[in-house]
Amino acid sequence: MSRIVVGPFNRVEGDLEVSLELEAGRIQAAYVNSPLFRGFEQILVGRAPLDALAIVPRICGICSVAQSAAAATALADAMGVTPTPNGLLARHLIQATENMADHLTHFYLFFMPDFARPDYVDRPWHPATAERFTAIKGSAAAEVLPARASFLRLMGFLAGRWPHTLAIQPGGSTRAITAGERIRLLALLREFRSFLERRLFGDALERIGQLASKADLLAWADGRAGDFPAFLKIAGDLGLERIGCADDRFLSHGAYGLFPAGTWQQGKTEAFAAARITEDTERAWLLADQPRHPAAGETIVAADKADAYTWCKAPRYAGQTHEVGALARQVVAGNPLLLDLVQRDGGSVMARVVARLQELALLIPAMEGWVQALQPGESFCAQGVMPDEGSGVGLVEAARGSLGHWLTIRRGRIERYQIIAPTTWNFSPRDATNQEGPLEKALLGLAAGDGAPPTIQHVVRSFDPCMVCTVH
Amino acid sequence: MKVLWLQSGGCGGCTQSLLCSEPRSLFDELRDAGIEFVWHPALSQASGGEALAVLEACASGELAFDVLCVEGAMLRGPNGSGRFHLMAGNGRPLTEWVTRLAGQAKWVFAIGSCTAYGGFSANTPGNPLEACGLQYDEQTPGGLLGAGFRSAGGLPVVNIAGCPTHPGWIVESLQKLALEGMADSDLDELGRPLFYAGELVHHGCPRNEYYEFKASAEKQSDLGCLMENLGCKGTQAHADCNLRAWNGSGSCLRGGFACIACTEPGFESPGHAFQETPKVAGIPIGLPSDMPKAWFVALAALSKSATPKRVRDNAVVDHLVFRPAIKKKGGGK
Repeated sequence: MSRIVVGPFNRVEGDLEVSLELEAGRIQAAYVNSPLFRGFEQILVGRAPLDALAIVPRICGICSVAQSAAAATALADAMGVTPTPNGLLARHLIQATENMADHLTHFYLFFMPDFARPDYVDRPWHPATAERFTAIKGSAAAEVLPARASFLRLMGFLAGRWPHTLAIQPGGSTRAITAGERIRLLALLREFRSFLERRLFGDALERIGQLASKADLLAWADGRAGDFPAFLKIAGDLGLERIGCADDRFLSHGAYGLFPAGTWQQGKTEAFAAARITEDTERAWLLADQPRHPAAGETIVAADKADAYTWCKAPRYAGQTHEVGALARQVVAGNPLLLDLVQRDGGSVMARVVARLQELALLIPAMEGWVQALQPGESFCAQGVMPDEGSGVGLVEAARGSLGHWLTIRRGRIERYQIIAPTTWNFSPRDATNQEGPLEKALLGLAAGDGAPPTIQHVVRSFDPCMVCTVH
Repeated sequence: MKVLWLQSGGCGGCTQSLLCSEPRSLFDELRDAGIEFVWHPALSQASGGEALAVLEACASGELAFDVLCVEGAMLRGPNGSGRFHLMAGNGRPLTEWVTRLAGQAKWVFAIGSCTAYGGFSANTPGNPLEACGLQYDEQTPGGLLGAGFRSAGGLPVVNIAGCPTHPGWIVESLQKLALEGMADSDLDELGRPLFYAGELVHHGCPRNEYYEFKASAEKQSDLGCLMENLGCKGTQAHADCNLRAWNGSGSCLRGGFACIACTEPGFESPGHAFQETPKVAGIPIGLPSDMPKAWFVALAALSKSATPKRVRDNAVVDHLVFRPAIKKKGGGK
């Protein structure tokens, strides 16, 4: 048995290190470490409740809006306020813009450059992949950055700026859209749709949304130009449909009123109950404690704790690990293509990537509909009163999965604030029952160490980790 | 010009903001100005051991580079050990890497307010993270590298402050350095490039007419001036946010929410709720810093009494209700 440490993992958001125990070049055990701690839950304690709206986006530069939306939802819950119809549409649009920009950034800038590595120089697809996807220098990066920047202009209109907006409020949004701006928003969406249809998919978004099985997907991709078909060809050659599976238990908080909340395992979907969530600190550099529900959670540093190996807590649902993300969202929602991929081969590297890209094809038309439904001249923000005592919960979906905020207010100040981020679920360490986190499970049995292909990089990045959120 | 980028106790938002650089593709614009990344944690291909080898070669002086860009606060805790942020795969504190690399760099850029002054991490009560900026501990000179630090190129740390920083501020600072060089006279007293910190957020504010007449917003989403009630610090914050659009056409004020002065040291703990203006006897404290308070109060009272009904009424709704009048042709029959 030998032990190696892999890191820094770049092209993920934030800091990640993985320790691997190898037997004959195969991974027998993996330990995932988030080596950065910032302690945002403590920063919030003692502040005025609405200060959370200025503080929590700073947890994360890549999903700052998701953090804002979770805080605004938790505050609205405490205030008993409901966003106006325009406010809700604006919030869907702001969140979807961030999430879809994330999917795009992940595919082009974080995930695909690994296939341009010299490790694959003998594969027939390598020359074209290197030309297109080499980090920074590939032809895709030059096209994607302007497309991304232009798409994020939606944020300029809807949220003032990105990242770190204060536009999302408990009652909706501070930014009422005018009739003229509604036209401009539609034009920006059409521009982005055009890029996706031309370069990513090589087909209409609606056609991608209709793909309903693995066979259908592969038949559609066969011989087609476009970056998604190119990925499917590589995935087939490298067997990415069979690697990187965790426990195939999925969880979603539900998103945009389009995808419902729930859990899924072994073919069965169940209603989601937030009361069944606990966080375990057994192997984190945090004070050891019984697993607690986040509404009663604590985050107290214990930097010298023996046997701990990360700053990340271990969230569990009904005592079990669950994977979150676009794949989880789609499986819970009963998406036929993703259900077929998971039931055939498991929740693999390929399934995670397909889920993200199909979500792009499903969401852009939905966003066009939301923009058309905006009613200029009607209110974008409901007003409410902050109670001196109260509590609230905000459950949303970031691009990379389920994000929850739990808040308690006492004497007009934040008394407790606990956060569970998507990557906290996916990259959690072992818990008191020694149950491995999803990534720790997904790496087992893979080749690693000297001379091994960069397979573990594909597995790690397939989860689209955001490490700054993980330990916030 | 070769740029080495590190991320520490921050959110990565300054890199995400940088990728929104417009109008050209960021990578094309930098390449054509002769600027390249030696390594960037979010963008480069090299990972794991390959990346560590690059960093070690730079830190030991074997591999020459020009600019060290650091994003995120320096976390010196717990107890000075730096263990709140260890370099993945290497186990050494980021603070140690930054100190070594700053010693080899010709210039050092602090990317964002966390790196410049310490950020939210330095604002946890009691600062248990022992967080600080590269050359400041909030407003106080010092920080990780010390008040007297000068890089080999002869400049203190260049503080491209902002939370996040605007992509234009980074791209133009890098190009200025590559094409013309940079001198002390290009920076303000807090180390910020004057080309953007020489303005106030107030300049170019689209709510200017409401400000002139002190027609104030009363609640979130109102169109009026956000200074009197909703915590706006645009008249005190050094940045050109309303002259240089964010994300195509936005800014905080255009987005309908207050400037929280994110380019200023210590903005994270203003001593009041972010979205409320603290007042004494009904008069906001923290009025424009370069104007006598009595004059401001007197002028505000005067302008309030002269506010057109259109401006007064539009200030407290979220969309224009009253249009500016169209002048009728005089002297009709």
